[in-house]
Amino acid sequence: MAEKLLEVKNLRTEFKRDKTWVTAVNNVSFSIDRGEILGLVGESGCGKSVTSLSVMRLLARNSKISNGEVILNGTDLLKEDKKGMRNIRGREVAMIFQEPMNSLNPCMKIEKQLTEAILLHNDFSKEQAHQRAFDVLKSVGIPEPEMTLKSYPHQLSGGMCQRVMIAMAMSCEPELLIADEPTTALDVTIQAQILELMEEIREKKNTGILMITHDLGVVAEMCSRVVVMYAGRIVEEAPVKELFAAPKHPYTQGLIASVPKLGSGVESLPSIPGSVPDLSVMPKGCKFAPRCKYATDICREKEPELEVVDGVHKCRCHHFKELGKEA
Amino acid sequence: MSEALVSVKNISKTFSANKGMFGKKKFVHAVNDVSFDIMPGETFSLVGESGCGKSTTGKLIDHLITPDQGEIWFQGKDISKISDNEMRPLRSEIQMVFQDPYGSLNPRMKVQDLIGEPLLIHTNMTAGERLKKVHELLGVVGLSPSHGERYPHEFSGGQRQRIGIARALTVQPKLIIADEPVSALDVSIQAQVLNLLQQLQKDYNLTYLFISHDLSVVEMISDRIGVMYLGTIVETAPKKELYANPRHPYTRALLSAVPIPDPEKKSSRIILQGDLPSPSNPPSGCLFHTRCPHCTEKCKCERPQPVEIAPGHIVKCHYPDIQETAK
Repeated sequence: MAEKLLEVKNLRTEFKRDKTWVTAVNNVSFSIDRGEILGLVGESGCGKSVTSLSVMRLLARNSKISNGEVILNGTDLLKEDKKGMRNIRGREVAMIFQEPMNSLNPCMKIEKQLTEAILLHNDFSKEQAHQRAFDVLKSVGIPEPEMTLKSYPHQLSGGMCQRVMIAMAMSCEPELLIADEPTTALDVTIQAQILELMEEIREKKNTGILMITHDLGVVAEMCSRVVVMYAGRIVEEAPVKELFAAPKHPYTQGLIASVPKLGSGVESLPSIPGSVPDLSVMPKGCKFAPRCKYATDICREKEPELEVVDGVHKCRCHHFKELGKEA
Repeated sequence: MSEALVSVKNISKTFSANKGMFGKKKFVHAVNDVSFDIMPGETFSLVGESGCGKSTTGKLIDHLITPDQGEIWFQGKDISKISDNEMRPLRSEIQMVFQDPYGSLNPRMKVQDLIGEPLLIHTNMTAGERLKKVHELLGVVGLSPSHGERYPHEFSGGQRQRIGIARALTVQPKLIIADEPVSALDVSIQAQVLNLLQQLQKDYNLTYLFISHDLSVVEMISDRIGVMYLGTIVETAPKKELYANPRHPYTRALLSAVPIPDPEKKSSRIILQGDLPSPSNPPSGCLFHTRCPHCTEKCKCERPQPVEIAPGHIVKCHYPDIQETAK
């Protein structure tokens, strides 16, 4: 059994909205091993980005983490003060954001943005920092690192910017990399390049990666385990092969079924009726019950627990046993 | 053979991108020598990466912009050079559904006014008749008549896209140009909207020009597909033919780059090198030669002409018979 790198336990994050607190992430627990890619999947508004921001302690002011632990290498990040967090961010855990074009400072040359983190975390001279920046850019496959260092973000393409973002995240060799929809804003051919690169980094540096995405195709190709979120809760957790072969939760089943598959030649898709509930008007009981075709009275009354199906496969549903047999 | 509803013949469109007061004028070749036909009742799709000119082509057909060269025949009439006044009666025959359901609905108008506006312009219906028609259309796209009283911000992305579709249907168009209608939506909602579009096509005998970057979505909805690269169509083929037997190296790379949501199937990706060249300075010869794995001297200087290699299967490549050596 590999060593646990990150352990999130019972995380609960709330946001203030119109003077009331709404819960965006509720009782979320998961762990990542070294060298493992964990997929966090769900639709917009399900709390996957909030989870990652909670781990990084980068939440906005109108929010609070009201419960839980985030243990990275034995230290609880939620107990760190601002200064402590600053030392951890970048060095031990780094993040890649969704929109590469908007996450870089448009008024700063790439070199300055890259060396900023390097100088902060290492006892380097400017020349050494420059050399390191040059090296990381080269390692992420940028053809002319010297020229790229001297350019501004707007002079680079989207794919190039994302490479710079990855280079920046990798510049201090963190043990955990959080990638929040790293390829969503990119074209498929560029996406293929970036995914390849991330896989390479994981192999070489044994980095643990938390891959947040809504694209089940990316999950199937990259991840070893998957956590599915719905309305701020984990509804299913399983090794990737098991999840795609035998999804237990009706939401996961619907999600997998509603993705058009290349080369399957289907003409119409099964879809999940309705849409995601609003955070402030959550249904009582199972949060998926209003959209679930198997929902019964107990689903509408009592919220199910995350139960173990077998071994590492967990599912939050009252009826997964019967449903499993049916499928 | 029946006559095409839309026939696009060698259209080109260049935008000027002037840099500063003195610099040399630059031109962006957005659409370059594009030809295709759309038969009544079929779905023709344009796929390609961002900046390949697929949206510009859609706008050219809708006469929102006019081409520099070439002809666009719609129902036996060349609409490429007619004035806006002459175009107006035809507008009811061609309607658009836009990508961003948040940006394409006026936030200050009630949904029933939004949907009813085309009726106000194109017909002599009274207010009561219009409202009746609007309620009917709301039902057709799966919303309830009471939704008409609300404003766009009260709806989710999927519902807004339904409103956009209802608006396009009001004047009983023959052709609907759908520009990335589902790319802003979550997968479970995406399937709902795609199924709706297919149902409407059957019910109203619509013809679609479907513009998308998502090859799996395109496979589901199209009859024929045109693959665009840098403003030109590199390959046109019926759906089954294209997915089973792609002949242009770009189409092959594009198809192999799509992540497949099945962990058991490890795809052999063809990773293209580099980025899309700038459309303001397109490469000589074959536009794809800078990224093509099979590029030769001939590709660098000579622009390939369209060749019909099978019925309806047209490829712009010097070596359509070359086999891919996937790694």
